Amino acid sequence: MVATHPGSRSLSWRFARRELRGGLKGFGIFLACLALGVAAIAGVGSLASAVEGGLRTDGRVLLGGDVSFRLTHRPATPEQRTWLEANTDRVSSIVEMRANAFREDGGAFRLVELKGIDNFYPLFGRLDLSGETHLADALMIRDGVWGAAAQRGLLERLKLDVGDRIRIGELAIEVRSVIEHEPDRDTNAFNFGPRLMIHRDALTETGLVQPGSIIRYYYRVDLPDNVSPGAFRDAAQAAFPEAGWRIRDLENAAPNIQRFVDRVGSFMTIVGLTALLVGGVGISNAVRHFLQGKIATIATLKCLGAPTRLILAMYLIQVGLISLIGIAIGLAIGLVAPLVAIEIVGNRIPVEARSGIYPEPLVLAAMFGVLVTLVFCLWPLARARQIPGAALFREQVAPISGFPGWHTLALVILLAVILALSAVVTSSQPWLAGGFVLGAVVALGTFALIGYGVIHITRRLPRVGNTKLRLAIANLHRPGGATGGVIMSLGMGLTVLIGVAMMEYNIKTELDGALRGEIPGYYFIDLQPDQVPAFQRIAEESEPPVRTRIVPMLRGRVTAMKGIPASEIVPPPQEAWILRGDRGITWTADGPPDPEKIVRGTWWPPNYDGPQLVSFDAEAAEAFNLQVGNTITVNVLGRDIQATVANWRQIDWNDLGINFAMVFSPGILSQAPMTYIATAHLPDDQEIALETSVVNQLPNVSAIRVKEVLQGVNGILTNIGVAVRVVAVVAIVAGILVLAGAIAAGHRKRTYDAVVMKVLGATRRDLIIAYALEYGLLGLVTAAIATGLGTGATWFVMTRLMEAPWTFAIEPAVVTVAIALACTIGAGMIGTWIALNRKAAPSLRND
Amino acid sequence: MNDPDTTKPIVILDDVHLRLDSEAGEVHILRGVDFAVGRGETVSIIGPSGSGKTSMMMVVAGLERTTSGQVTVDGVDVTRASEDDLALLRRNRIGIVFQSFHLVPTMSALENVAVPLELAGKADAFDRAGEMLAAVGLDHRLSHYPGQLSGGEQQRTALARAFAVEPGLLLADEPTGNLDGHTGEQVIDRMFELCERFGTTLMLITHDPGLAGRCQRTVTMQDGILSEDTFARRRAG
Repeated sequence: MVATHPGSRSLSWRFARRELRGGLKGFGIFLACLALGVAAIAGVGSLASAVEGGLRTDGRVLLGGDVSFRLTHRPATPEQRTWLEANTDRVSSIVEMRANAFREDGGAFRLVELKGIDNFYPLFGRLDLSGETHLADALMIRDGVWGAAAQRGLLERLKLDVGDRIRIGELAIEVRSVIEHEPDRDTNAFNFGPRLMIHRDALTETGLVQPGSIIRYYYRVDLPDNVSPGAFRDAAQAAFPEAGWRIRDLENAAPNIQRFVDRVGSFMTIVGLTALLVGGVGISNAVRHFLQGKIATIATLKCLGAPTRLILAMYLIQVGLISLIGIAIGLAIGLVAPLVAIEIVGNRIPVEARSGIYPEPLVLAAMFGVLVTLVFCLWPLARARQIPGAALFREQVAPISGFPGWHTLALVILLAVILALSAVVTSSQPWLAGGFVLGAVVALGTFALIGYGVIHITRRLPRVGNTKLRLAIANLHRPGGATGGVIMSLGMGLTVLIGVAMMEYNIKTELDGALRGEIPGYYFIDLQPDQVPAFQRIAEESEPPVRTRIVPMLRGRVTAMKGIPASEIVPPPQEAWILRGDRGITWTADGPPDPEKIVRGTWWPPNYDGPQLVSFDAEAAEAFNLQVGNTITVNVLGRDIQATVANWRQIDWNDLGINFAMVFSPGILSQAPMTYIATAHLPDDQEIALETSVVNQLPNVSAIRVKEVLQGVNGILTNIGVAVRVVAVVAIVAGILVLAGAIAAGHRKRTYDAVVMKVLGATRRDLIIAYALEYGLLGLVTAAIATGLGTGATWFVMTRLMEAPWTFAIEPAVVTVAIALACTIGAGMIGTWIALNRKAAPSLRND
Repeated sequence: MNDPDTTKPIVILDDVHLRLDSEAGEVHILRGVDFAVGRGETVSIIGPSGSGKTSMMMVVAGLERTTSGQVTVDGVDVTRASEDDLALLRRNRIGIVFQSFHLVPTMSALENVAVPLELAGKADAFDRAGEMLAAVGLDHRLSHYPGQLSGGEQQRTALARAFAVEPGLLLADEPTGNLDGHTGEQVIDRMFELCERFGTTLMLITHDPGLAGRCQRTVTMQDGILSEDTFARRRAG
């Protein structure tokens, strides 16, 4: 026999519609939780798409051409140039290097990012100048003096005006323009100085172009309309397989920006997912509370012969419709928020974001919304099926079973797996998303267990003498209380918050320690071999003498490992930098750099003169499975050099000394044109004097002050800290919503309790104290758990992953406790105040 | 589901036991109830609170599973029927009236009465619901929501809903418990009228001896056992 008739589907729809006449009352928290998460995901996705849209549209401008070739140390050969010119409409060649710009009177100098351009620059886009606005006029030689365009920062630092002269190397140059906007400036993590733009021919006259100097030569091409960048790139690679140039086309026009957008996008999507997950607890609570109020209706329908499937269907429809409203609100916010964000931060990104409706992130956000709703709602909905018709006749003697069946459990698990897989698959950083999923599962599970534990323990605590405290403790474990939900939702946000604060404290302590400790004060780069004795003399003549370390340095690109071309290697994400662009390399005839340790293989003997060997960073070698005896190929100055891995070296990157992932044995490399890099350890008050002496006597040498770099690192860390705090704050907002929902859900019971207590003689003050104690206890317990977990997590990251010392910071812990107490007592007392103001009579009257 | 057999009693309870778990331990609510109700008969069930009256009614409605014994309603073995079969039994053959009315607050009076008819897939559900409301004197309150009706009107709506499918059995659990004397009397009059009109068997739980006396037969429940049967006593006498 079949319990439902063919019209049952429309019947559930009809009944659901009637039920919804009650409006969205009680669903405020549900809608807010869902909308918050969906809005975050949709907003972030739309913003990322807008920036990516800008990247696609402006790709040629950012890249400076349809395809860009980059060579380090040396320009393209005449054959290469001829080939490029023959196969394209135009070729623009650019030279970039770091150099010192001096005031003409020698009074001040500044490290600059020097760019030598040709007459075709810029091939695409527009360079905005003030002062002399025409680029060619600004840079041309006039009365025997070359011109330059500089970023305003340089003029401010050297206290110069447009029209003043500076010295670069051996050449005096007149600054004629200020660069307002440079179309092809990528966002590097570190820029060591402001931009100074001169003509290529002027650069040649500076005398800075020396063999081995770190100079980058760019060739940007304008392709004929019928040639695709991809095909041209392939043709160039086929024509000059040994060229060793790095080629970029529109697909990866601005990889730094692309990487940044990808990372931030993934990160912020995770923010949204965190909000959705924490909000999921609120969604689940809201549905449970909603169904609690529907017990009589469900039981009535059952008494009238409604089958369980019909009951489930009609409430699923209702929750589904309400969730659609929540998702729609979220999507609407997600559509508008990027417009506001672009207005606020648009000028900080080098791409003009293309605002618009991007369906993909919206669909993704809606899908996450639907999945989270289902994962968190199916359980309470399935439980509703079990409400017996007998519930109408009297209070239940036996409690309703909490387990809604294996089918439901399987379905919830399946949906949760789909949700997790969707988060991983749709992320451009699957590892990050995977880690998040794992972390979320562990965190949700841990908090659920802890919540259960707290309820269990408080139930078994011996009775305390103080009535108000006893009442407060009893309320923590009363059935249907907020304890579990609050610990889980608020606890997650607080854990992230304290974790971030602790990490920041520890990293800053570490950085401060580094600044005080044995780290070099300066790096000096581009020392020519014949300048080394002069540099050593300057160091020795300083008072007290400066301790230095000087090593040869070349730039090289890994082109193959174990015979496999680098382009075919899928690098482990954390070690991908090894294959990305040029790496600094060195060679030595001596032993391993002190204090690095050989952990596998052996070092080459003194005066070794055999085949080329290489010592590799142990961590990277392990990640690439590059064993002792394997080969790697490095392209140096256009020539492929193959070397055999002789050993693995443990490198302490934290000491900020000269660390090379690859150290080669002497051999062909030692014959190559090279420069030297030096570090100088010296007291703070000696720094400026040393820099001035070195730069004045060796003007081509660039001095990089480590403290300035660390300040940059600090700035980046602060920005990351702000971004992670956004996670914490969004999660805490979701947690507060859950808290508010839980308090609202228990409001009727609280009002009744308050009335009964009043009838029994409790004063208003008694009740306020009892409830404040209850919410205070809840806040304290949540804060204690969050502090424990957040502290434990940072301890693990600092000591185990970063292998750095760890200290407990009291301030974040105090802040966490304060926030937790403010949230719980604040929200709780608002609810209590309303409850206390209710008249007693209506609550005491029978139905 | 079995077809009804008019030659047999509509309700038969055979050595019915009901034990329920509670936090205080197991409670033995029905302790071997043997009881039968003839088709078209009106039976009142009286007894002190907690004696098991409501539990017996829930067992008859298939809302509570017995621990042992057999319950047959209109030829259907309630103790063995599936949840869906029990839903069908209630939908088509049993009407229930509660002390607290239990109307769906978001549905109008008409929609409340139409629910069982809609569940039964009747195309003319709303016409018939309207007729039933007219039969209880509420044809002017069709579009009113329960919150807009008086207690008496709500209970009359509940009566109309219970009789909408013209059930063979009406289970009424203190239907006048929440009403004043006069209003309660009006509701009871309607209930008996409708029982007579549809030939419906009535099982009525009440604390009111006067109301119990209006039934053809009164049974008394004491500690989970039927201790007295006025009809049986008359028959024995």
